[in-house]
Amino acid sequence: MLASLIIVFREVIEAGLIVGIVLAATNGVARRTLWVSYGVTGGIAGACLVAAFAGEIGALFYGSGQELFNASILFIAVAMLTWHNVWMAGHGREMAREMKRVGAAVSAGERSLAALAIVVGVAVLREGSEVVLFLYGIASTGSTSNASMLLGGTLGLAGGAAMSALMYFGLLTIPPGRLFSVTSWLITLLAAGMAAQGVLFLQAAGYLGVLTAQLWDTSWLLSDGSIAGKMLHTLIGYSARPDGMQLAAYIGTILAVTLLMRWEHTRHPRGNQIPAPAQNKPAAG
Amino acid sequence: MRMPVSAVFSSFAVLAMALALSACSGGGEGIPVTLKDHRFTPAEIHVPANKPALLTIKNDDDSADEFDSSSLGVEKVIAGHASGNVRLRPLPPGRYPFMGEYHSSTAQGVVIAE
Repeated sequence: MLASLIIVFREVIEAGLIVGIVLAATNGVARRTLWVSYGVTGGIAGACLVAAFAGEIGALFYGSGQELFNASILFIAVAMLTWHNVWMAGHGREMAREMKRVGAAVSAGERSLAALAIVVGVAVLREGSEVVLFLYGIASTGSTSNASMLLGGTLGLAGGAAMSALMYFGLLTIPPGRLFSVTSWLITLLAAGMAAQGVLFLQAAGYLGVLTAQLWDTSWLLSDGSIAGKMLHTLIGYSARPDGMQLAAYIGTILAVTLLMRWEHTRHPRGNQIPAPAQNKPAAG
Repeated sequence: MRMPVSAVFSSFAVLAMALALSACSGGGEGIPVTLKDHRFTPAEIHVPANKPALLTIKNDDDSADEFDSSSLGVEKVIAGHASGNVRLRPLPPGRYPFMGEYHSSTAQGVVIAE
């Protein structure tokens, strides 16, 4: 039971932490819970689909389908996190202030929520498909010891949810005035770590074959495979043995997000340019 | 309420795209490794140091497993009765343990770069 608890918990840590950060980053924004649940639900549905077609996806692109799939969804998440941060740099504080007076600004904030819902969705999808495959494998053999393994798996899932709650309530202890900049940084580092991970998947698929030499090895200090290593991997993109291309992607993402945020911030010098709530409803999609 | 639809569907769009752009199934030109009864054969794989290498993992079991190695930086799910390629980047000389994560009590192995 313990073994399956640990396996499932290891897989859901990442999604759990991300949900916690997203909830904290959207603290006080109306309907964010709804959006996060869309992300989680969509992610679980997607995870079941991906698990069901694991063999087919893996066989695509000369056997590199799974790596390219993982890289794609990671880069989608990087784009969404970047977009959210940049948008918030221009409108965030003011949006929060305005929203207390007029509910109208909500529709503007909703686009940013949608971006974060996608981030939550792909995080759940990626790790969730592995959990589904693992639990399905146990369930399909159907012996009695498997009941306890399934119980372990369920507890592992609960552990991931607890991780979300810890992250969320932990972040909420930060004074509201500082919470915004803390979550901005967390989201920037989250994006940078995901970009580096995406590079690793591209390399595993046979692309980006430059700067592949390992730069250093800190696995004696903290292994990627440990629970603490996994958490740091999610939060700040920790990797015990990074290569040059991963480091370049990591630093490049931090620079790009930071510069875009600064640019967007100066574009809204007073910061009170909230886009008027859409008069003519944008097309669906 | 229009965005949730796109939120959900963007995730599926990627999947659909991957499925649409289909290609041949995973070939087997790498070092052959077989997973049977949740054990790797060979469990010890020798590769030249500082050169990229390719492993072709064939899963002969009914259930899926995940070839997982934090030291190699590889996580790859291989469905039951399927095979998959694992690309190894140039490795400094050393021992790099790996496992089949879903059955890690028996599915253990090591890559030795020398």
